[in-house]
Amino acid sequence: MNKNFNIVIVGTGGQGLITLNKILAVAATKEGFDVKTSELHGLSQRGGSVETHIRFGKKIFSPLVKEGGADLVISLESQEAFRACYYGSNEKTIFLINDYIIPILTGDKKTELSSSANEIKKFSKEILLIPATKVVEKEFQNPVLAGIYLLGVAVSKKLIPLKIETVVKAIKEVVSPKYLNLNQKAFELARYQ
Amino acid sequence: MGKFLLNKPGEKLILLGNEAIVRGALEAGVQFVSTYPGTPASEIGNTFSQIAKDAGVYFEFSTNEKVALEAGAGASFSGQRVLVAMKDFGLNVASDFLIPLCYSGVKGGMVILVADDPSCWSSAQSEQNTRAFAYLAHIPILEPSTPQECKDFIKLGFELSEKFEIPILIRTTTRVSHQSAPVVLDKIIKRNKKAEFVKNPRKFSTMPPRVLEMKQELLDKIEKIREFSEKSSLNQIARGQTSGRLGIITSGVSYLYVKEAMEELNINLPVLKLGFFHPLPEKKIQKFIKNLKKVLVVEELEPFLEKEIKILAKDTNPCLPAGRQNLQISGKSHLSQIGELRPEQVISAVSKFSGKKTNFDFARHRQEFSNLKITKRYPQFCPGCPYWFVFPTLRRIVPKDTIFGGEIGCYMLAVYPPHRLQDYLYCMGSSVGIAHGIKKSTKQKLITFVGDSSFFHASIPALINAVFNKSSPLIIILDNRTTAMTGHQPNPGVGKTGMGDTAPEIKIEDIVRACGVKNLKVVDQQNVKEFEETVKDFLEKEEVSVIIARHPCKFVK
Repeated sequence: MNKNFNIVIVGTGGQGLITLNKILAVAATKEGFDVKTSELHGLSQRGGSVETHIRFGKKIFSPLVKEGGADLVISLESQEAFRACYYGSNEKTIFLINDYIIPILTGDKKTELSSSANEIKKFSKEILLIPATKVVEKEFQNPVLAGIYLLGVAVSKKLIPLKIETVVKAIKEVVSPKYLNLNQKAFELARYQ
Repeated sequence: MGKFLLNKPGEKLILLGNEAIVRGALEAGVQFVSTYPGTPASEIGNTFSQIAKDAGVYFEFSTNEKVALEAGAGASFSGQRVLVAMKDFGLNVASDFLIPLCYSGVKGGMVILVADDPSCWSSAQSEQNTRAFAYLAHIPILEPSTPQECKDFIKLGFELSEKFEIPILIRTTTRVSHQSAPVVLDKIIKRNKKAEFVKNPRKFSTMPPRVLEMKQELLDKIEKIREFSEKSSLNQIARGQTSGRLGIITSGVSYLYVKEAMEELNINLPVLKLGFFHPLPEKKIQKFIKNLKKVLVVEELEPFLEKEIKILAKDTNPCLPAGRQNLQISGKSHLSQIGELRPEQVISAVSKFSGKKTNFDFARHRQEFSNLKITKRYPQFCPGCPYWFVFPTLRRIVPKDTIFGGEIGCYMLAVYPPHRLQDYLYCMGSSVGIAHGIKKSTKQKLITFVGDSSFFHASIPALINAVFNKSSPLIIILDNRTTAMTGHQPNPGVGKTGMGDTAPEIKIEDIVRACGVKNLKVVDQQNVKEFEETVKDFLEKEEVSVIIARHPCKFVK
């Protein structure tokens, strides 16, 4: 890998972004890369829009991905993918989007992804829409696993330049023993779909 | 959590800036840690809360930041190494004590960690720049950029503090405290020196006329630390190549964006990275700018560095002979004073400064992005939060023109839709004081909110004031049995200390009653009818009335 790799994960507070961030950071370190991440805690975690950044490569300075600088956007909720367009560019960015909407409590009209995916195209090289929440709810009755499932998709489709074995090891290190088995299962499920 | 206590020098761990601060304190042999939770500093207390016993360190969640600092000072006066951690607003609360503490100085090494939150990701009330305390309190301030520096600077902070007998402030920002990166571990040190307070009123009593001598001693110390700062590797010059005699001065997380920008633009300008904000290494700065034509200062928020450097430049680069240009120093003409810096802003600023074009058309990208219609997703009360039973009920039953007062805690989310129910909102402890002033001035109905932790933090003097001065607000204390917003830390009402020991459970109703409040009722707001009737009844009272709406946060075990 010659260039640094930049990932932005977006979603809403409580969807487990920080854990995904940590798994990727640990995996990248295991493969000998320099790594930096940025995350937000507190007020912004309370069900509002959240984003985390992970960058790895030979030498990383900024913890934040620059505007238009994402190689991969993982969106755990489909409306949040629009917000992530800030980091997207049609030259390189791949959008991996959970086909799942968490309604916004404003009374405003909600945006349907299917009718607006065209707008994301301007900011992306490729869009992958995956029914992650639907799958993990059916298999495990647990929507929080959508994140690890999407990570499984990203790694097995080689959207992230990290080896599957390393990510598997990182999951084991990062996820608490209580939830490890479920997370491993959700990750595996994504690999073989 | 065992990872913080690993004693394997040389091992690399991925740590959050805040975790690196914990590790740094342990490697410096910290013995006493106090804090009041506040994001982006919260994980420091949370981590100590989990490891203090195993680490052999005393840890407490204090009732507020001023008390935390005073407690820390007492331990330092007794010879202990002390870390006090807080968010930016906490230092305002602590400042009444901080300023004289800098006069007297300390004994055991004392580091005060203050986390600023540019862009207000987790902060209501204001966007604060703690660097200003260098001017107000004369306190030395160090600014790390990365988790590794967080650890290194904390350790140096302890050394400096003990050597010069002065508290050292380490200032982080959200992107430093919540940045994670590999950190190389060193050995954890255990200090077993017996603590003892040795009487020395000349040092610890800040009375005039002695206090003015102390001020002189403080200023002298700062000059000695400046000499250290001049030689310190924390202030480092990276030589570069520049045909136009350009240079950049920066610090904190901004330094990382400068490095990123130079990579992006494929240039290598000389950079002076300042680890010390106060005292500044003036000679080093003068040496750096001496032969330059243009200097760009890259810093977040107010242009404190830019102003300092402009003053220094007047001496270093006096008017040149006709035909030659004076040194130009710029900063805030390229970068905003509001909000955190982001890499793309620094790339654009360095691009303009150096005349080197970017490969990416940021302006066009931003234009296209601003054409997207994006609905704002506000933070919300969690599903199952007991506060869902408070605000809709009040909206339904009280007269439409009732004033609602708020402050800091989860209940401030009531400012957002669908509630939109906070007519004023300022710092912790302020809601009762303001309510009193409004009730003394108008006949309008008013309900003001306080949380359990913020009641203990700063609301009690305001409550006493309201009773003493015969005021009549209705105060609703939302007692969810925890300090929820910052990550569920215990407070004096819950019967548990920061180290997990049982403690006397201080009852809010006992305090309220002791303050002379006659109209007092404790209700569970999930008993909607009782809550409703109490509110209606108390809203008509002509004296102070207090409802304690008690129902635990759903995350309280």
